[in-house]
Amino acid sequence: MAWLVVRLAISVSLLYTASAVFEDQVGKFDWRQQFIGKVRFALFDTHSQASKKLLVATDKNVFASLNSRTGDLFWRHVDKTGPEGHIDALLMYGQDAVVVVGNGRLLRSWETTVGGLKWEAVLDTGSFQAAALVGVQDFVKYVAVLKKSAISLHDLSSGSQIWVENLPDSDTVQYQTIYSGGNGLVFVLGFVPNSHIVIVEYKIEDGEIMKKKSVEAAWMSSLENSCAVISSGILLCVDQITQSLYTLPLQSAEQTEMRQIHLQTLDLEVASEFQPVLTSTQPNPAQPPLAEFFLQLSPDHHILLQLKDGLIAPLRDFNPSYLAAFATSGEKTVAAVMSPKNDTACSINLFSADTGRRHLDTTIIYHMDPNGGKPNRLYVHAFLKKDDSVGYRVMVQTEDLTLTFLQQPGRVVWMREEALADVVTMEMVDLPLTGTQAELEGEFGKKADGLLPMVLKRLSSQFILLQAWMAHLWKLFYDARKPRSSVKNEVTIDTLSRDEFNLQKMMVMVTASGKLFGIDSKSGTILWKQYLEDIQPNSIFKLIVQRTTAHFPHPPQCTLLIKDKDTGLGSLYVFNPIFGKKSHISVPALPRPVLQTLLLPVIDQDYAKVLLLIDDQNKVTAFPSTKNVLQQLQDTASSIFFYLVDTSQGKLSGFRLRMDLSTELIWEVVIPTEVQKIVAVKGKRANEHVHSQGRVMGDRSVLYKYLNPNLLAVITESTDTHQERSFVGIFLIDGVTGRIVHEAVQRKARGPVHFVHSENWVVYVYWNSKFRRNEFSVLELFEGAELYNSTVFSSLDRPHPPQVLQQSYIFPAPISTLEATLTEKGITSRHLLVGLPSGNILSLPKMFLDPRRPEVVSEQSREENLIPYAPEMPIRTEWFINYNQTVSRVRGIYTAPSGLESTCLVVAYGLDIYQTRVFPSKQFDVLKDDYDYVLISSVLFGLFFATMISKRLAEVKLLNRAWR
Amino acid sequence: MAAIRSLSLILSVLSIITLLWTQSGECNNGRRLGDAVDTDFSGFSVPLEHSFEVDDVPRFHLRGALQFRGGRENSVYLSQNQPSEKDRNILKEVAAVDGLYRIRVPRVSLQVDRQTERQSEGYLTAFVRACSLVESHLSDVITLHTDVSGYVIGISIVTIPGSCRGIEVEDEVDLEVFNTTISVVAPVTAPAPETAPYIERMEQEMEKKGKNPQEQKSFFAKYWMYIVPLVLFLMMSGAQDQSGGGAGGGAANGGGR
Repeated sequence: MAWLVVRLAISVSLLYTASAVFEDQVGKFDWRQQFIGKVRFALFDTHSQASKKLLVATDKNVFASLNSRTGDLFWRHVDKTGPEGHIDALLMYGQDAVVVVGNGRLLRSWETTVGGLKWEAVLDTGSFQAAALVGVQDFVKYVAVLKKSAISLHDLSSGSQIWVENLPDSDTVQYQTIYSGGNGLVFVLGFVPNSHIVIVEYKIEDGEIMKKKSVEAAWMSSLENSCAVISSGILLCVDQITQSLYTLPLQSAEQTEMRQIHLQTLDLEVASEFQPVLTSTQPNPAQPPLAEFFLQLSPDHHILLQLKDGLIAPLRDFNPSYLAAFATSGEKTVAAVMSPKNDTACSINLFSADTGRRHLDTTIIYHMDPNGGKPNRLYVHAFLKKDDSVGYRVMVQTEDLTLTFLQQPGRVVWMREEALADVVTMEMVDLPLTGTQAELEGEFGKKADGLLPMVLKRLSSQFILLQAWMAHLWKLFYDARKPRSSVKNEVTIDTLSRDEFNLQKMMVMVTASGKLFGIDSKSGTILWKQYLEDIQPNSIFKLIVQRTTAHFPHPPQCTLLIKDKDTGLGSLYVFNPIFGKKSHISVPALPRPVLQTLLLPVIDQDYAKVLLLIDDQNKVTAFPSTKNVLQQLQDTASSIFFYLVDTSQGKLSGFRLRMDLSTELIWEVVIPTEVQKIVAVKGKRANEHVHSQGRVMGDRSVLYKYLNPNLLAVITESTDTHQERSFVGIFLIDGVTGRIVHEAVQRKARGPVHFVHSENWVVYVYWNSKFRRNEFSVLELFEGAELYNSTVFSSLDRPHPPQVLQQSYIFPAPISTLEATLTEKGITSRHLLVGLPSGNILSLPKMFLDPRRPEVVSEQSREENLIPYAPEMPIRTEWFINYNQTVSRVRGIYTAPSGLESTCLVVAYGLDIYQTRVFPSKQFDVLKDDYDYVLISSVLFGLFFATMISKRLAEVKLLNRAWR
Repeated sequence: MAAIRSLSLILSVLSIITLLWTQSGECNNGRRLGDAVDTDFSGFSVPLEHSFEVDDVPRFHLRGALQFRGGRENSVYLSQNQPSEKDRNILKEVAAVDGLYRIRVPRVSLQVDRQTERQSEGYLTAFVRACSLVESHLSDVITLHTDVSGYVIGISIVTIPGSCRGIEVEDEVDLEVFNTTISVVAPVTAPAPETAPYIERMEQEMEKKGKNPQEQKSFFAKYWMYIVPLVLFLMMSGAQDQSGGGAGGGAANGGGR
């Protein structure tokens, strides 16, 4: 019977925590955006005229098909991260797309309409060099893959290997290119640097070497970048030093050296220190390439040349021009060239490839985003119109990874912001109040100037409020008559205002490419974007909200610290998070590497929080550094402490600020690096609130939490990786005094460790190397049955060490990331949000991670609502907050409180971005959507009238009785 | 050597007596410092230095010697001399300007077999507000933290009580001796998931159930004869007003969320 009660208690508690989305709630307050990353290869499906497919392969190891009319994804395949899933080449023929993956490890063929895998072939090891389609008699039948020391030929329809041959002298010769002109031969081109070119001719049928020759080329330093095959098998190379073009017919037996053509004879000159680029086109792999080619002489100078009867003649000079590309439709090949028009726009024109003549009415105006980067790739989709003239559309990729698809005369069909595939950090900022609310707020902010003006001001603002309210009512009335679907309020930057419950916020996202985004959290609309140029590719970003929206009329202010990973040198970028505009506040120069940043609760006269930046000489720079701030810093210097972590020496050190903004070392903890190395240090979130100071126990006594806001959780991993001896260390260190509050080792464990540090607990996940499974462990700190000092917490005055409770559980899934929910006042129970590699986000009640879960159920533990200990953590599919909207490669989860205590806003980012709301304790402060207003009000009115009537009746009765 | 041994024996007896009083350590005052450093036990000793300056620039000088004893249980004593008149005055002055009282120990390994490599460069430092030390009448708790391999990784000092209330202290009586509690703390082993006791418990419960076959029957198995007619009856009545039932079900769903 007792067991039944326990089970009932468990099921009731589960019922309480179970949360899932109803079918009609899908997409109501959540959205997902899918991304692909930086495009490396893009091919338009020219198989049929009506085709809308655009195949892309990206640096994120994603192979996808986009709808070229809308920019949406048809399908997407996300491969492994890192070099294993790297896409080396993408070739397309008809309905098939052939992809070489993982440095030539796999050869795959995809069906392009639905994205199904047709076949996959595992190739021999060897680093990948090139791949090409090989055609015989106007039909493409094979695909050839060139490795460092071998070439293999595969059947295009089945993937079976036809033959594989070792390349001659592959230890000295660098083979880089492969060429086939559809005449039954495959040419492999290699070279010995600054010596000669090697050309090997293979027979397609059996891989027999037909011919092998070497040609003198002492000037050559790279084949891949400076050579191309044009016309009927003529190798064309360009060299910057000798300022010459070189030609060589591949098949001719008599010509034993390359023919040199000085660029001077063509009146051309390569810009100094620029590696000239040759671009040729081979519309059909079964036929030789065209005789026309582009030569890029400087970053903004292209020229279209033609090889005719052994002579090279310029067809058209494009100076200036940024980008040029060939495209073929049917029998016609065209060239599209992008030239600058003015400061903000470029014009793209179409030229006939064989004559260089401009096609009439083919100009596309491309407006460059003033906050974006320069265009760096151009992909052209040419098609035949009904009157047999050539039409085209272009896709432009810019430095800031924006894909823009344009059609004539410059209409942007769609746009994708692929920088969002690599979000590094983000913050959520409250939206500003509406104009009228701000007016009222502003009244309090201004300096008082006499009684009468104040009264007048108050009256006028009240009047404005009344006016706004009337307008609002009118709008409500007006909208109510219209059908619901037609009432659609587009979110723009002008209509932004805070909603009643502060559920809509501005998501400020920082991406690895250095582009910042402001996204409306309700709809996912990008409201502003800003590309920061000159960002090193491996920079570290830290985003700090210095002033929130609460200080009208001062605009909110965010500061982005950009730090170079190698040199450690940093710079600050200050901007308004709502509008994305750069602030004109002077930022301090940071000549030394920045080690630590510290956002103080000290505010300057403009309500901006003070940011302290500590450099490698322990010097402190304050931002803003006005007189007022410096004065405040001097007054509070003795209570400003900070810590530095040096992972290379395992050293944690604490510093105190001095009056003159210098620092003094006050404590040092050194964890020897021979045994273990520090992998992560985390404090608590500054905006976290803890509502209850303690936990009520079964016997009605209170167990007080140890709520040290200065506590740091330090995680270490052992240097010994042997599965029996490896361990994970957990140190809880007070950031002010350097006192080690708790020290534990998790034996037979290894990283990667994910952990959350909040309130009085730390939850961490590690890999148990003995049992080969993921495990969760939770540490909770309690002061005990009484508080040392209940009014204020000071690290300097808390002599008794806390009681530490710990429990561990098995988690039956790998983990990508971990975060905890956060609410306004901290009343709502906490959930852990676990990002799984499958793309799901699990909302795990903290209740399951409670070190006080009893082994044996007792009356008291039941009283306390503790779930009996079970070693395995359950995973329930209804706990997945993103139902089927999986987030690929989830890397981080960001949580923010909303104005409603029950609601926490969640953003998960990785390759995709997913935003939703979670209600860890249900929506206890919100009426349900299907709340029956009619019933409740009719009952209310009914009762009201019943009371009235019965009152009347009672009165009559009393009167009658009195008369009696 | 024998003499030294006997001395150590006496000392350890002394320490046991004091242990009874301070639980985890020893306070030994009034000994000459030279002895403390020179005397070699089966363990070894390292200097504990302190610094308290009015200008707050640390200048460390010897406070005492920490003596470690080898063996499994890391035991430690602190032998220190009482603060001099001058020290007391400086300490009071530092307390008056809210200065810091710092201590430091060199980085060492407590493993006896690592004697040769036990000393590495650098110190571990900690601090406490000088006023709290004065107001607590020099009663401090010093904890040395070691890592898994026995290296000392950190030192901490707290005073009991830890607050600074600005109470006047009679130096002669209260600042005469350090009342120090010292201990060495090694990391605790974090628990792994406890599968074995759980399985045992489950088995026990199964056994208990097995003994009592009446209990094993589920709720449905026992009361099906009542439930089935009830359900049938509900279905019959529910079929008549489908719409009403649907609405009711929806509301019930909403309530259950």
